[in-house]
Amino acid sequence: MLSFATRRFGLSLLILFVAVTVMFLMIRAVPGDPVQIMLGPRATPELQAQLTAALGLDQPIWKQLLIFYGNLLQGDLGTDVFSGRSVTDIVFQQLPFTLELIFASILWSASLGIALGAYAAAHPNTLIDRIAAAISVSFVAAPAFVVALLALLVFAVHLQWFPAIGAGEGFWDRLDHLVLPAFAIGLSWVGYIARLVRASMLEVMGESHVRTARAFGIAERRVVMVYALRIAILPVVTVIGVGMGFLLSSAVFAEIVFARPGLGKLVIDSITTRNYPIVMGSVLISTALFVVSTALADLINALLDPRARTAH
Amino acid sequence: MEKSRSELGQIIIGVARDPLGLMGLIIVGVIVFCAIFAYWIVPYDPIAMDIKSRLQGPSAAHLLGTDQLGRDTFSRVIAGGQVALKVALPAVFGAMAIGLTLGMIAGYGPKWLDNLLMLFFDTIRSFPTVMFALAVVALIGPSLQTVVFVVMATSIPTYGRVARTQTLTLRNSEFILAERSMGASMARILGVHMLPNIIGVLAVLAAMDIPTVIALEAGLSFLGLGVKPPTPSWGALLKDGYSLIRQTPWLVVGGGLPIILATLGFTFLGESLRDVVDPKLRKQR
Repeated sequence: MLSFATRRFGLSLLILFVAVTVMFLMIRAVPGDPVQIMLGPRATPELQAQLTAALGLDQPIWKQLLIFYGNLLQGDLGTDVFSGRSVTDIVFQQLPFTLELIFASILWSASLGIALGAYAAAHPNTLIDRIAAAISVSFVAAPAFVVALLALLVFAVHLQWFPAIGAGEGFWDRLDHLVLPAFAIGLSWVGYIARLVRASMLEVMGESHVRTARAFGIAERRVVMVYALRIAILPVVTVIGVGMGFLLSSAVFAEIVFARPGLGKLVIDSITTRNYPIVMGSVLISTALFVVSTALADLINALLDPRARTAH
Repeated sequence: MEKSRSELGQIIIGVARDPLGLMGLIIVGVIVFCAIFAYWIVPYDPIAMDIKSRLQGPSAAHLLGTDQLGRDTFSRVIAGGQVALKVALPAVFGAMAIGLTLGMIAGYGPKWLDNLLMLFFDTIRSFPTVMFALAVVALIGPSLQTVVFVVMATSIPTYGRVARTQTLTLRNSEFILAERSMGASMARILGVHMLPNIIGVLAVLAAMDIPTVIALEAGLSFLGLGVKPPTPSWGALLKDGYSLIRQTPWLVVGGGLPIILATLGFTFLGESLRDVVDPKLRKQR
């Protein structure tokens, strides 16, 4: 197990290293002088030279890369071109809003999805099962940002049940502001998780430990809840871990639609002002988040199911 | 050739027998028809402005109303479908072709090449799709080509990994070993013998991938980072609709419904195709 964990995290680090290097080289490969783009056409040559030196762009590329990694290891992602603040500070100031949104989305959609899937598996081919199946297929495809826009239109603008803008202050207000964006992001996950849990439940229900539990005369409800469901929700862990990138992507859109602070809003705002250090910093942090969560999901999976340890 | 044609016919019949598949087939058929014949169907020029009749609700003259520049929303929805497919089809087929080639080479070639290609796939996959798209758009600027490129780059690993797995399971089967012992080249083995056995699975994957691609194009255009105005795109409609959401709901509805319909149609079709082509795949996803 320990060697699997080391190998898995080694691979994650390698992937992260390659990804960051590619990203770094990509910025440098862009045609046009980044300094000129950032400062605009009316900048004086002195100002351009000053910024070039400040960003280290006058050094050879391999040296820039070394400096970049040296800074990165010290937790320094560079400085904001306009305000001069540390990019690390800016990104980590926005990150909690995005994480809060992602966790809220996963929490409600996984609870509902697991309940639906478990119920459908315990009562196959009933009306509820059919309805759950129909919901699964229909909602799986709904893109989060379209759902977000329609939810904004119906529940915030017309019915005015929920606020349309911002993240709110204080616990209840924040919760109130979370409802619509979390709904939009989680909607497609409900059906997906329900389907997953139903399939894995049906498989687990046929296994010998469940049959044994039944043979001992344990109540059906207890058999389903305790003996089957506990094992059947394992795939959900993996799916959520691997789905982190997808969730982050949905969160970007939800933040724009509901004008919430967060990583997504930060990136979009920085793109329009061509604030490259911030764009790169946010992409880097979100990539790291994704890589770590995928590795964690693999680890949890391996911990619970030894067969997964030998797979690639 | 005769045989494969009848196989294709059987697959279509199989899909049409499944109610969900039939629904998917109809929705996709309508969308493709509207996209091909867009310029004969639209009642107005989708980019012609008519300031006098701006921000109207639905009427007999304008089925879905008009936007802030007086452009007919229904015409823009129909023409937007054409843009959506213009991005989705080349991107999906391009990604499939490249992913297929790289995946087969990874599965059949030497171990070091396999490791290298897998690292390449894992690296691309490690970027959250939209974040990657945003980074690329920030660097090379928004355009239709950028969107196609981003979509292709992000979905190559999916096809590559599946093609690799399929190749690995096939590489030691008897017909491949026989061919190899007769001295067939790698290109011949992969192209003539592997390919027909793998392409079906990848085609199903492609059908299921199209909704994601359509959503990504619309999403980028919604953020103002996809196709440029005044090109009609479902995402651009949503962008206009978002800024005018308190004045008129029709732009958001007009831009949102076709995206949901298209994703539903392609998902139904893809799921049904998968069940017909290879029921075993059902468990993998």
